[in-house]
Amino acid sequence: MGDHGPAKGFSRWLFTTNHKDIGTMYLWFSFAMFILGGSFAMIIRAELFQPGLQIVQPEFFNQMTTMHGLVMVFGAIMPAFVGLANWMIPLMIGAPDMALPRLNNFSFWILPPAFALLVSTLFMDGGGPNFGWTFYAPLSTTYAPPSVTYFIFGVHIMGASSIMGSINIIATIMNLRAPGMTYMKMPLFVWTWFITAFLLVAVMPVLAGAVTMMLMDIHFGTSFFSAAGGGDPVLFQHVFWFFGHPEVYIIILPGFGVVSQVIPTFSRKPLFGYASMVYATAAIAFLSFIVWAHHMYTVGMPVAGELYFMYATMLIAVPTAAKVFNWITTMWKGSLTFETPMLFSIAFVFLFTMGGFTGLMLAIAPADFQYHDTYFVVAHFHYTMVAGAIFSMSAAIYYWIPKWTGKMYNETMGKTHFWISFVGFNLTFFPQHFVGLAGMPRRIPDYALQFADFNMMSSIGAFIYGASQLLFLFNVVRTITHGKPVSEPRVWEGAHGLEWTLPTPPPYHTFTTPPDLKESEMHG
Amino acid sequence: MADQQTQAAVRRTSFKLVLGAVAMFAFVFVVMVPLYNALCDVLGLNGKTNGERYRVVEASVDTSREIKVRFAASNNEDMSWGFRPQTGMVVVNPGAATTINYIATNPEERSMVGQAIPSIVPSEAAPYFHKTECFCFNQQPLEAGKSAELGLQFIVDRDLPAHIQSITLSYTIFDVTDRVSTDPDLAAR
Repeated sequence: MGDHGPAKGFSRWLFTTNHKDIGTMYLWFSFAMFILGGSFAMIIRAELFQPGLQIVQPEFFNQMTTMHGLVMVFGAIMPAFVGLANWMIPLMIGAPDMALPRLNNFSFWILPPAFALLVSTLFMDGGGPNFGWTFYAPLSTTYAPPSVTYFIFGVHIMGASSIMGSINIIATIMNLRAPGMTYMKMPLFVWTWFITAFLLVAVMPVLAGAVTMMLMDIHFGTSFFSAAGGGDPVLFQHVFWFFGHPEVYIIILPGFGVVSQVIPTFSRKPLFGYASMVYATAAIAFLSFIVWAHHMYTVGMPVAGELYFMYATMLIAVPTAAKVFNWITTMWKGSLTFETPMLFSIAFVFLFTMGGFTGLMLAIAPADFQYHDTYFVVAHFHYTMVAGAIFSMSAAIYYWIPKWTGKMYNETMGKTHFWISFVGFNLTFFPQHFVGLAGMPRRIPDYALQFADFNMMSSIGAFIYGASQLLFLFNVVRTITHGKPVSEPRVWEGAHGLEWTLPTPPPYHTFTTPPDLKESEMHG
Repeated sequence: MADQQTQAAVRRTSFKLVLGAVAMFAFVFVVMVPLYNALCDVLGLNGKTNGERYRVVEASVDTSREIKVRFAASNNEDMSWGFRPQTGMVVVNPGAATTINYIATNPEERSMVGQAIPSIVPSEAAPYFHKTECFCFNQQPLEAGKSAELGLQFIVDRDLPAHIQSITLSYTIFDVTDRVSTDPDLAAR
C-alpha cells in the first residue's frame, strides 16, 4: 500500500475512500447543518421573544419548527456521530480502514443532495414542510404543501445513507478487529456504535416504509392513512414511533460511548463497570423497540395498552441509571482534572439525568395527558438531545481534535465555550419546563401573556447558546491553523486505547499491519 | 487492504445486513399494517365497528336495561352533502332490533357517491354494537339535488358491560365520487 499521502485538490474529497477524510467531511457537513438548524431555532426564538406576531407569519413559523427538527436530527446529530465513528472506530479496533470504503464514500456524498432537496422546499410555492418533524398524517398527506414529495425523497436518501453507513460500521467491527481484540475488550465508544448501527439497520427501513406509504397516499390513490378509503391516521403514528423511539436512542447511545471514554481519561481510573455498561446499552436498545406508544398516550388507547407502555417505559430508567451510576463511580476518588472535554462530559451526566427524570414524568400515562404537546416536552427532549447528544459531541471534538490535527486547541477558549453553552442552554430550556407545566402548547408562533417573561428568558438564553457555537467554530478553525503543535502519541496522559499508540497526528494510513495489543491499552 | 478471508467475511456480514434492512422495509407493509387492522378489529379499538353484517342469533330482549344510543353525523373536509340522523337519540333494550334513518342530500349539480365511516364511543362498546342493516356497508350514489333516507338497523348485545349506559354512534360522510370502489373490504366499512 505504501505511505503515499492524499491526492491533491477537490478530487481528494470527492473520490476519497479514506476513513479519516470521510470522517472529516461528515463532521464538517454536520457542523454546517448544525448552524443551519440553529439559525432556524434563532428565528423561532426571535418570534417568541414577545407575545404577538412580530417577525414571521405563522405559516413560516411552522416551517421553521419542522425544518429545525428535521435538520438537527437527520443533518446535524446523526451525521456528526457517523463522522466520529468513521474517524475513531478503525483507530480504536486497530483496523486499516472501514470494511467497505467505497460504500463509505457513497453514503457520505448522497447526504448533501438529500439536504439540498429538503432545504430547497423552503423556496417552493406553498413553502416547505410545515407539519412538525414527526410529520403526522393527515397533516403530511391530505393537508401537506406540494413540496412534501421533495421532503419524502430527501428522507429516503438520508435513510439509505444511514443504512449504508451502519452496515459499514457493523461489518468493520465484526471483521476487522485487531488480533486479540475480543468483543468484551472493545472500547465503549465502539460498543455503543455497534449497538446503534443495529438499531439503524432495523428502524431506518421502517421510516422509509412510512414515507413510502405517504407517497402512495398522496400520489397513487392508496389509503394507508386516510379514513376515506378505510385507512387510519393513527396507524401512521404507530409506524412513525416504531421508528422514532429507537431513533432517539440512536441519537444518544454514541454520546454515551463518548462520555464513557472521556470520564475515565480525566478521572485517571478505568471505567467503574465495563461489562455492566455494555449490557445496559444492549438493554436500552432492546427496550427501545417495545415502548413506542408512550408518545401517543392521548390517541385513545385502551387502559391495558397505556399501562403496558407506561411500565415498559419506566423500565428504561433501570439500565440508564446503571450507566449514570457508572460514570459517577468512575469519577469517585479519581484524580480529576477539568479540561474542556471533561467539563462537557460532567455537564452531560448532570443535564442528561435531568432530561431522564422529566422523561420519567412524561412516561406516567395519567400525568402525560397534561404534559402532552406542551413546552414541557420541548424542555425534556432538548435536555436529552442538546445536553445529551450535542454536549457529548462537543466533548468528543475537544477530546480527539489534538489527536486528529496534531494541534492543541485553546483551553481558555474551550472552557469559555463550555460555560457560555452551559448557562445559555439552561437559560433557554429550564424555563420551558415551567411554561409547559402551566399549559403553553408547543409549535405555536404566539402565546398567552402570562408566559411572556419565561419566553423572553428562553429567547435570550437561545441567543447566548447560539453565539457560543460560533466561538466553538472559531476555536476549531484556530486550532487547525494556529494551534500549538502536539507530538506525543498519548495526548491526554490518562487516556488508554489503540488510538493513543499512533503518532500525533496519525498518518494518512494507519494500522496497515495489525497492531500488537498490549494489556494496558485494552478496555474491559 | 484485507486478505481474501476477511473480504469474504465482510461480504457475508454485509449481505445479511442488507437482507435484514430489506426485511424490515417489507415488515412495515406486510406485517405492521395488517397487524394493526387485525388488532383494532379484535380489540375493538378506535371505535371501529365490525364491517360485516351481523347474523341475528336467537336471543331474548333484556327489558331490565335501557341503553341510550345517540347518533351523530359530520362531513369530511369539503364534502358538501347535507347529512344528519333523523333522530338524535333512541332508548333501546339490549337484544332488541331498532331501525333508524339518516338523511342525505346532494346539493351539487352532479351525481356523487358518498361513503359513511362509523365510529363508536366509548370504543369499548364497539364489539357489542351489531348492525344487521347499514348504509355504511355500501357506497351511496346520489343524483344531483336528490335526497335519500339511509337506513340502519342495529342490536345492542345483551353482553354489553354493565357500566356502559349510553353509546354514541357517529358517521362521517366522505366524498368518494372519484374513487368508487368495488373492493368489498373498503366498501364494508
